[in-house]
Amino acid sequence: MIEIDVGLINYWVVIFLMMTGFYIVMASRNLIKKMVGLSLFQSSVFIMYITAGKVLGGTAPILTKPGTDYSNPLPHVLILTAIVVGIATTGMGMALIIRINEAYGTVEENEIRSQDAAE
Amino acid sequence: MIDQHLPILLIVVPLMAAPLCILLRRRELSLILAVVVCWACLSMAARLLQRTLSEGVISYHLGGWPPPWGIEYRVDPVNAFVLLLVAFIGAIVILYAPCSVNAELPEIRTSLFYTAYLLCFTGLMGMTVTGDAFNVFVFLEISSLSTYALIGMGKDRRALTASYRYLVMGTVGATFFVIGLGLMYMKTGTLNMADLARLLPQEMHTRTILAAFAFITVGLSLKLALFPLHVWLPNAYAYAPSIVTAFIAATATKVSVYVFLRFYFTIFGADFAFNNLHIDMFLVPLGLAGIFVASLVAVFQSNIKRMLAYSSVAQVGYMMVGVGLFSVTGLTATLIHLFNHAVMKGALFLAVGCFTLRLGGCELADLRGAGRRMPVTTTAFIFGGLSLIGVPLTVGFVSKWYLVLAALERGWWPVAVLVLLGSLIAVAYIWRVVEAAYFQKPDNEREISEAPLSMLIPTWLLIGATLYFGFTASFTGGVAQRGAEILMGIGS
Repeated sequence: MIEIDVGLINYWVVIFLMMTGFYIVMASRNLIKKMVGLSLFQSSVFIMYITAGKVLGGTAPILTKPGTDYSNPLPHVLILTAIVVGIATTGMGMALIIRINEAYGTVEENEIRSQDAAE
Repeated sequence: MIDQHLPILLIVVPLMAAPLCILLRRRELSLILAVVVCWACLSMAARLLQRTLSEGVISYHLGGWPPPWGIEYRVDPVNAFVLLLVAFIGAIVILYAPCSVNAELPEIRTSLFYTAYLLCFTGLMGMTVTGDAFNVFVFLEISSLSTYALIGMGKDRRALTASYRYLVMGTVGATFFVIGLGLMYMKTGTLNMADLARLLPQEMHTRTILAAFAFITVGLSLKLALFPLHVWLPNAYAYAPSIVTAFIAATATKVSVYVFLRFYFTIFGADFAFNNLHIDMFLVPLGLAGIFVASLVAVFQSNIKRMLAYSSVAQVGYMMVGVGLFSVTGLTATLIHLFNHAVMKGALFLAVGCFTLRLGGCELADLRGAGRRMPVTTTAFIFGGLSLIGVPLTVGFVSKWYLVLAALERGWWPVAVLVLLGSLIAVAYIWRVVEAAYFQKPDNEREISEAPLSMLIPTWLLIGATLYFGFTASFTGGVAQRGAEILMGIGS
């Protein structure tokens, strides 16, 4: 029973982080805060995958004796890839924000919009 | 020997060439490399399609690991057709690059442009060729990230905000997709598409799989710009450099539509999506709403690129209606429109690029009198426009023909009527361009010459393709129908 609950706590954390991140992406008017939300949103998925692959008391399947519990390594590997993708996305987003700041002098969405409308 | 490794070579060759473009530094050298790579990929894709049509499914095991343990690249007529399409557009559009890129991008960024172009090309090819669901996500991100960079290269500063917005929405879409994959993996323990298709039916009615289905549907709908998730698209297309718009408008959303079809029909199965969840009751109305809303918005645009971008949203609507009709004819319509729309929209955006180069902009006001000053480009634009409307002897007609046929076959004649009405709105926005180009006097008496040959030839090659495949649809129609039968699970 306890083990199941421990597992579920992880999923509640995932849902909380996912919704927090998603809310920040949608509600924030500041481009940098949006990127923070996006990273949070992506990180929640990493935790979801890792949780699914983890067996309590299990170890890494490297030279283990037959019969020992081990965690599934595949989700970890997938998430390594996804982390790289996440970093690339954040980097790309930040680079764009720097250029937006150079071009508009602000990173607030409503100020950018009013400058565009004034043109 | 090479024949056997074609599926992976399609990915490895452009992927390796991309960083080489940076190392070469000289823009002429990077251009030559990019052209050679794109044309090599085109010939490989053509060979793959030819092989898969005669031999059936080609399965390639990466590193010799058999599926479902290793990653499998799986080529059947459906994705071989899409591969050929992407390679064809990539190869034609790159010919357009020298003049257009030199005019629209600063010199230090040109070799970086070719790098991003090849990476985007790699990503799109990878999404299409792979038989592994997680691999789709990786390639999706490769193509998306390079697309953000390409869009951000636009001259107008609004290109930056457009690219940023696409980045946010695209990442949300891709993350939704990967959440769906995770949920499927939890239930089945596999990521190989064929293996998923085998294992999913037993788990079909669990809430996990239903959630996975929902996440994947929304995630992919964002990427393929299904109305009302299209809001990133118009600005991204409008402010990107001309050549980038032509390339991504013709390929990116099309590949996403292909992935959507693959997940719906091969992985989840048509029975689950349509007979149990009645997803057609959701796709057809959204498709039709997209056709009407986006086409009407297009009529009121003053910027031609934005106008064509909204028209792209409408065209995605046609494809989704074809999926929603849920029949071999409907899917044939979707697949054939995938190809046809790519060819005609590519041609139209290339023509707009010629206008931008010579007239200094692509507002309707810039185009006044263009019919007399740039007759060759304007004629190309008009042929493309006729095809968008769906006039007989153009590819647009072939797509609409299949779509109306599918609607009537299902007995949904109001859908057929609405599809035809949607085409009438296309007449309105294309006419506005014709009116400006032929019936209005230019604002100034500047001497304007025709666009350079290196830009006109690719434009006319694509226009030629719209006319050729409109005149004889036996190749595209035959392959699309074969693909539709495979997706529906009839025939092999």
